[in-house]
Amino acid sequence: MTETTLNDMQDVETGTGREERVYQATPAQLMWWRFKRHKVAMLSGIILIAAYLIVALAEFVAPYDAFEANSRSTLQPPQAIHFFDEQGSFRGPFVYGFKRGRDPVTMRPIYVADTTKVIPINFFVRGQAYKFWGLFEGNLHLYGTTGPDRINLLGTDTLGRDMVSRLIHGGRISLSVGLIGVAVSFVLGITLGSISGYFGGITDNIVQRGMEFLRSIPTIPLWMGLAAALPITWDPLFVYFLVTLLLSLIGWTYVARTVRGRFLSIKNEDFVLAARFCGTSEAKIITRHMLPSMTSYIIAALTLAVPDMILGETALSFLGLGLRPPVVSWGVLLQDAQNLRTIAQAPWLLAPGAAIVIIVLAFNFLGDGLRDAADPYSK
Amino acid sequence: MISYILNRIAWAVPMLFLVSVASFAVIQLPPGDFASAMVAEMRTQGDVVPEGTEERIRHEYGLDRPIYEQYVSWMGKIVLHGDFGTSLGFNQPVSNLIWDRLFLTVSISLASLILTWVIAIPIGVYAAARQYSFLDYFFTIFGFIGRGFPEFLSALILMWFAYSWFGMNVGGLFSPEMQNAPWSLAKVIDLANHLWIPLLVLASSGAAGLIRIVRANMLDELNKPYVETALSQGLTEWSVIWRYPVRVALNPFISTIGWALPALISGDVITSVVLNLPTTGPLLLKALQSQDMYLSGAFILILGAFTIIGTIVSDILLAISDPRIRYR
Amino acid sequence: MAGENPKPIIEIENLKVHFKMREGVVKAVDGVNLSLMPGEVLGVVGESGSGKSVTVRTIMQLLPKIASIADGKVLFNDNGTTTDIAKLAKNSRDMRALRGGKIGMIFQEPMTALSPVHTIGHQVMTPILLHTGLSKREAEQRAKETLDMVRLPRIEEMMRSYPHQLSGGMRQRAMIATALACRPKVLIADEPTTALDVTTEAQILDLLKELKRELGMSIVFITHNFGVVADIADRVSVMYLGNVVETGTTEDIFYDPRHPYTRALLNSIPRLGAEKQPRLNTIPGMIPDPYRLPAGCVFNPRCSAATDQLCRTTYPGITRINDHRMARCHRVAEAVATESIAP
Repeated sequence: MTETTLNDMQDVETGTGREERVYQATPAQLMWWRFKRHKVAMLSGIILIAAYLIVALAEFVAPYDAFEANSRSTLQPPQAIHFFDEQGSFRGPFVYGFKRGRDPVTMRPIYVADTTKVIPINFFVRGQAYKFWGLFEGNLHLYGTTGPDRINLLGTDTLGRDMVSRLIHGGRISLSVGLIGVAVSFVLGITLGSISGYFGGITDNIVQRGMEFLRSIPTIPLWMGLAAALPITWDPLFVYFLVTLLLSLIGWTYVARTVRGRFLSIKNEDFVLAARFCGTSEAKIITRHMLPSMTSYIIAALTLAVPDMILGETALSFLGLGLRPPVVSWGVLLQDAQNLRTIAQAPWLLAPGAAIVIIVLAFNFLGDGLRDAADPYSK
Repeated sequence: MISYILNRIAWAVPMLFLVSVASFAVIQLPPGDFASAMVAEMRTQGDVVPEGTEERIRHEYGLDRPIYEQYVSWMGKIVLHGDFGTSLGFNQPVSNLIWDRLFLTVSISLASLILTWVIAIPIGVYAAARQYSFLDYFFTIFGFIGRGFPEFLSALILMWFAYSWFGMNVGGLFSPEMQNAPWSLAKVIDLANHLWIPLLVLASSGAAGLIRIVRANMLDELNKPYVETALSQGLTEWSVIWRYPVRVALNPFISTIGWALPALISGDVITSVVLNLPTTGPLLLKALQSQDMYLSGAFILILGAFTIIGTIVSDILLAISDPRIRYR
Repeated sequence: MAGENPKPIIEIENLKVHFKMREGVVKAVDGVNLSLMPGEVLGVVGESGSGKSVTVRTIMQLLPKIASIADGKVLFNDNGTTTDIAKLAKNSRDMRALRGGKIGMIFQEPMTALSPVHTIGHQVMTPILLHTGLSKREAEQRAKETLDMVRLPRIEEMMRSYPHQLSGGMRQRAMIATALACRPKVLIADEPTTALDVTTEAQILDLLKELKRELGMSIVFITHNFGVVADIADRVSVMYLGNVVETGTTEDIFYDPRHPYTRALLNSIPRLGAEKQPRLNTIPGMIPDPYRLPAGCVFNPRCSAATDQLCRTTYPGITRINDHRMARCHRVAEAVATESIAP
């Protein structure tokens, strides 16, 4: 019966101001209003914007670079942020230093918080020098310490490197792999998907079989095979682009499928027929009439494709076949967590895993929200 | 029906050919080959390698012939004799190495596929029939979270839990003391103790996605007029649901076995590396790292072939379950 | 008929069905009175959204989850016993025994209203096995008789066919067979011919008329098409925005409509042989927002006869014009009052 009520809604006279706004809104506005109602998707969008901002400003946000090792604080646990000291007096944000000892049996380092040693957290400190994006010199950091003591909010790895800094620098690689990979899939997917959906027939058949073939190969073994072929000696940056390319070579099928499906369903809509009767050229029909009417779907499909890329990169790097140290990505960072004993001893090494889950979930929620908002028939 | 099946099988032939070419290409891609890698390894170990050794090895293994000849002889041996060549790294025939592991991979994949269905179908159907109920929200959240966890991460975390809470050392399929013991009840129990983690990891990541698909399909189907017709005939709500929409809603699903299989095998490969299971994953990884071309090629070829066959089987199952496809 | 005054087989009294939507409560059906006599065809006419489908679906308790019966009775009189369907639980045993057993229903889209994955035979046998306690073989025999009854050809082959192999008209016949498999007392037909072409529509209407005679059942026939009503119905109820505005014999409704809405509807039908008009007559205005129904008579903003304060403030009660006729309209009430005063 929702159907009849919907009919009624459409028949309603444009009486009140709210309704008038609805009738006069552009499709983009309508989409934005519908999207705003998805609270989780909105939150996900904000998280993602924040995440990309952080990794874009990685050198500034992170207190150290990804390689600053410290042999005296290996596998140090995370530090909690305090505001009041033992005596209960306010000291501003600070962390306690650690007393380092060794387990007499296993010889592992043991850390005990030293409540007499208050390390204040300072903001906008001058610290380690860096080259921002490899271009500008700088030494300003969002937060850090002024004294000789280091701050490791998420603990350190086996070489005593700050996990926060590694996470942020690794995020720059992992997150950008998703975007670049999606850009490549986008071009491939749109081109082949629209050709396939528009022309149909033999063209469609060939493209479809090609996609079916790509999808019928187990991706991980194939990626592994291709990634293993990349020589270790090549420039890490070049390997990074190749890995991204590999991921998108398989990932484009998802975008192509969405585009093709939309094409098939709007190919026979009246506005396309009308354009054809007006003598518009085929290329113009595709680019001027059909693609705009499905932009929102494409955006949603792309958003949903990003996490696959990120997961692919992470999985490959985790196995040691994708990116390799000295490049830091979340997959590379997780290599340290492969050993069960290490995890049991230093669970904070799984932090990149948490970051992956959050980012992947955020992309999924955002994509779902966009897809629902893109559907003109959703309420 | 028969012509449909034949048609599908006919399609498989070029696909299998493409898979074999792809596998062979993977083998050929790395610059340098096994011969150079072997010589390099000997040199690093301090052996004195006389000039021409590399060429000698290359000739011995037929690596100096043109690519297409290598491909033809490789494929020919596989098709005619089931001979996948010799693993250059293990120095024994590839077929000795792979079948046990493939058997395990396929069994684990199939077991987790079944487990996935057993978990996902009832939950998805229930969530759709009781849309917006507490359990519907609960499983929706579960499904979303499941989407965010890559298999290797959930494997790591489960291992960590099992290790730090139950003191279990969960890697591998058997405890070290059971590894070579003859089969007994104790060994079976030991196997079950180790098997639940990979099965849980694979099934839960698959089920998370599947619950959402089943639920969405069911919601579509439940709004179709034929459901109302069935209700108007006096059937109870649940017998209507199980008799009609579930059957229709499961169709797209049967057709996805073909895609579920590659995903499961992919998941299995990486999970096995993490969990150190004696399946294809770790061996494939090792083979790729040492550029053991015949071994890695054989794995990729066989895994690809399995999924193509799986796709055909699922297409045929689909045709059996949905009369509309048969007559198309 | 008026002299004997037999008991109606279905009596709907002051039925109210509410839909709880996110935006508020929609009173989809708001105080409907309907009755169905044994052996008659009652046509229910109205635009989409008038509540005609919801009203008849309450007879089967086939309402969507967000809908609830807020008030009123749906009485089913069968062999001297009276059941109030509105009081039965939606999925109770008694309710299921009525559905498909005593009351059959056919739907608008024969394409989608039949299960795509089961054979016609299976679908006709389902209600038989469910309600009659016949053995599988007897049920099969019964199903074949039923398929024969709806004039389907090649019965044996038909039993094994799937819906997508049949034409639209044949599917609707199969649909009718599933509804009549248990020889119900009442058949509810929800726009069964809307999706068919005109020739097939005529055949299905003829079939329904014949089956009604053969089986002695009553039919509630929902449609928005006055032509179909004229063809099949003995009496007609006209619905607008969740209420019956006028009920009468088909002849009365067509030749002497009393309610302004009925008149306007009939006026908007183009007629052959009528004077050529530059445009079709339409009813002015739009159907109001279901969340903000107008005060007074719901039709007053579009009504040409609504003049005084009364129409805009007071909801009109039922005016009985004679034994077979009623209307909900202040104007009609006034007219009837003057008639009875005048000699």
